[in-house]
Amino acid sequence: MTEIFPNLEIAYGEIFLSIGALTLLMVGVFKKDSVNLVSWLAVGFMGVALALTVMYGAGQHYTFSNLFVADGFTQFMKILVLVAAALAVIMSREFFKLEGDDRFEFPVLLVLATVGMMVMVSANDLMSLYMGIELQSLSLYVLAAFKRDSERSTEAGLKYFVLGALSSGILLYGCSLIYGFIGSTNFSSIATAVSNFGEGEMPLGAIVGLVFVLSGLAFKISAVPFHMWTPDVYEGSQTPVTAFFAVAPKVAALALLARTLYVPFGEMSGSWAQVVIFMSVASMILGSFAAIMQTNIKRLMAYSSIGHVGFALLGIIAGTTDGLRGLMIYMTIYLVMNIGMFVCIMSMRRKEDGMVEDISELSGLGQNHPLMAAFISIFMFSLAGVPPLAGFFAKWYVIIPIVKQGYFTLATVAVLASVVGAYYYIRIVKVMYFDDPVEEFQQQKSFPMKIIVTVSAILIIAFIMPQISSPVLEGASIAAQGLVQH
Amino acid sequence: MEHFPILSAITFLPLLGVLIILSISGEKEIVERNARNAALLTTVATFLFSLVLWFGFDKTTAEFQFEEHAGWLGGGISYHMGIDGISILFVLLTTFIMPICILCGWETIKDRVKEYMIAFLLLECFMIGVFCTLDLVLFYVFFEAGLIPMFLIIGVWGGANRVYAAYKLFLYTLLGSVLMLVAMLYMYGEAGTTDIPALMQFDFDPQAQVWLWLAFFASFAVKMPMWPVHTWLPDAHVQAPTAGSVILAGILLKMGGYGFLRFSLPMFPVASEELAWFIYALSCTAIVYTSLVALRQTDMKKLIAYSSVAHMGFVTIGIFAFNVQGIEGAIIVMLAHGFVASALFLIVGVVYDRLHTRDIDRYGGLVHIMPNYALVFMFFTMASVGLPGTANFVGEVLVLVGIFKVSSWVAFFALFGVILGAAYMLYLYRRVVFGELTKDDLKDMLDLDRREIIIFTPLVILTLWMGIYPTTFMDFMHVSVENLTVQHDAAMASYHSLTQTVAGN
Repeated sequence: MTEIFPNLEIAYGEIFLSIGALTLLMVGVFKKDSVNLVSWLAVGFMGVALALTVMYGAGQHYTFSNLFVADGFTQFMKILVLVAAALAVIMSREFFKLEGDDRFEFPVLLVLATVGMMVMVSANDLMSLYMGIELQSLSLYVLAAFKRDSERSTEAGLKYFVLGALSSGILLYGCSLIYGFIGSTNFSSIATAVSNFGEGEMPLGAIVGLVFVLSGLAFKISAVPFHMWTPDVYEGSQTPVTAFFAVAPKVAALALLARTLYVPFGEMSGSWAQVVIFMSVASMILGSFAAIMQTNIKRLMAYSSIGHVGFALLGIIAGTTDGLRGLMIYMTIYLVMNIGMFVCIMSMRRKEDGMVEDISELSGLGQNHPLMAAFISIFMFSLAGVPPLAGFFAKWYVIIPIVKQGYFTLATVAVLASVVGAYYYIRIVKVMYFDDPVEEFQQQKSFPMKIIVTVSAILIIAFIMPQISSPVLEGASIAAQGLVQH
Repeated sequence: MEHFPILSAITFLPLLGVLIILSISGEKEIVERNARNAALLTTVATFLFSLVLWFGFDKTTAEFQFEEHAGWLGGGISYHMGIDGISILFVLLTTFIMPICILCGWETIKDRVKEYMIAFLLLECFMIGVFCTLDLVLFYVFFEAGLIPMFLIIGVWGGANRVYAAYKLFLYTLLGSVLMLVAMLYMYGEAGTTDIPALMQFDFDPQAQVWLWLAFFASFAVKMPMWPVHTWLPDAHVQAPTAGSVILAGILLKMGGYGFLRFSLPMFPVASEELAWFIYALSCTAIVYTSLVALRQTDMKKLIAYSSVAHMGFVTIGIFAFNVQGIEGAIIVMLAHGFVASALFLIVGVVYDRLHTRDIDRYGGLVHIMPNYALVFMFFTMASVGLPGTANFVGEVLVLVGIFKVSSWVAFFALFGVILGAAYMLYLYRRVVFGELTKDDLKDMLDLDRREIIIFTPLVILTLWMGIYPTTFMDFMHVSVENLTVQHDAAMASYHSLTQTVAGN
């Protein structure tokens, strides 16, 4: 089906946000001291893009010669990306006010990265896949190095850039192999071609290409063995950037991974399942063991995110609608936990030392700031997956589908990894409540920060109530149907 | 749902107390006093409320009562509460022990009183929930959630080595539980529901039953605790504040036994029967070994902790005797242990508050200055030994009668444990209470005060009541237990006839 004029309706969100980013750039350049304005405008634009996604995203539509798809699945994932991005901008306001270095390019870059992610989520062709990834990555490289006078931040940016470029290269090479052996870059055409090959007749080159594409995407979600950049980049970047890194790119890349594996290569699940199982198991294990020795809270969160990606991948391994649903529920809860936690990390600040990131600085927080300590404990227990908090249900919904598919060993490894993980999460709780207090933090949380952290904590506690959980569960069910129907 | 949701009300009433305590603010003194009062009021109210169950319970049916249904996560997972003759007594035990716990930390807990009371109320909510719920997922949620407050109670208000103990408790229990979680997921996948009554009717494949049974065993054995995974218990007990020990011994340990009764026996009858030898072996080892270990302890709390492990050995033996006497005996031992072990920890707490040591060698001759204390201690020592007229006696006799029908060897080892139990308890009593009062720092210790007498009185009354007239309690459980054994025998009979037909072909 070729259109003379593409159906723009389903891409309104992306289009609006792209124009918005350029507008913000203009405002920033021509209006003096406009950081505040640009940031809040960015948040507003994201809100509008969210509304447009909600309004026009449902159903199942293709456009731009099948390069771009919109269905329930893309809608759900885009909502997560936009929410994470908007929250990151709001967090950055507080951060840069305290730390200085307040420049309007930050929100602009963040908006551009968001557009990239939305394109990734909606990609239905290896070309749009690559374009989305590059738009996202290039903006993120700059964001990582945003504090240009700091050695650590520059190092983070450079490291991310070099490794990211390498992975993009691998990904692109994989795409070219797939194109060479199958003859198309479009997901739907690839799917038809793949289903025409019989069992075991798949050209080797295409399989190698798929593995290369998988590797490139694994880098973006920081799954083992492509995780090496994560701790350094998380540690070196400024906290709101880290918060953004921890959530939005992962959501987008996981969505892309799910679509790539389910739609064009759904028939080859035997070939890719073992690769994904390896990545998942390795991520869960490395994520839990490597975090034990960390002393820096942001590095700890980096390893934690590696472990969580391992869990999220379980949803993809199952290969069923339930599995996808689990993946989406997982990412939703993961978003709430991480944003809440990073707001808490941002408030680890003293007047004379500025931001502190050492876990030992949290000592005795239970006595100095009981409320903040209570929030962090909630996030930690939830990340560890202890019921009745939301993190438990996240794990529950990704493990059910794999158990149903008969992967008992995998499920057992997963839950055992979560016990090891619990060790380092509760270490934070231990430091806060059992150790002797050190110097107090500066009490300086702005109103939006308080709202974000309180709402996330309440959501995590209240997820057990059907009033809170059923919109997520039902939304995810509908969205999962959207992808599998192809 | 026509009737008032009484079980939910009892379960979540402590949360109301938490909200009230959270809203208290002002000067430290006032906050602390109000927090104490609010916690005590809440727990007492919960207890009084739970008496409705006691009086409203229909003892003539094995059906679940006071049932509540509500939608929850969908897909066969619902909010389902209900109690039968087995669980009602544990609910009442919990609501009964809680006010005592609050009272026992009344004066000794001096810092972070507000948080302390909140932790205990949260724990109460989760513990009651465990016994009231009839949904697997909900059970797991309550079962695990209790770890969070317990971790904090030990870690914040515990003794010198509290961090180690708190970690050990948390990780040990979590490790056991996650294996149970995998089994639960499998059951959900097979049966398509997590409703406990429905799962009890569901026939799991005998091969799968063994794995499922082992996974549940991993969790309950740690919780009980059974030898050799009991090592977290002495550490946790020694480091926990007195009220924490009371909860651990009085209620948390019972979750393991309750789990065996609620899940392992009715849902995996074949595996239970086939692996009963395994339970017997572990329990007998536990009874003899931990009794010998208890004999050598120098720390009072550690001694009682090991005695708990030995008593829990009786419980598992009784449960896996698969007959009415054995199971009823096991439940009575659990309830009796709930009173007696709690009281013993409180007794240790009394002298610990005065001298700040639990070292047995530091005491001796307390009878000369603390006669009332010596009397209470004597009473509970005898109760722990299983003197006729006290609750433990009834339970132990029933367990022994039950197991004797199955295996006289197991009964022999269990009896051996009773003798050893008498040895270590009397030895403890002699060293602490009798003898000359030679140590100077003991000379100005005060006898029990009014608060402590109030704490001990109900425990003494109940121990005697259960020992002299156990029918009151047995009436509650009898029909349910009988139903459990009948179901079990039926399941075994059909399994045997099935295997015979297969073998015949």
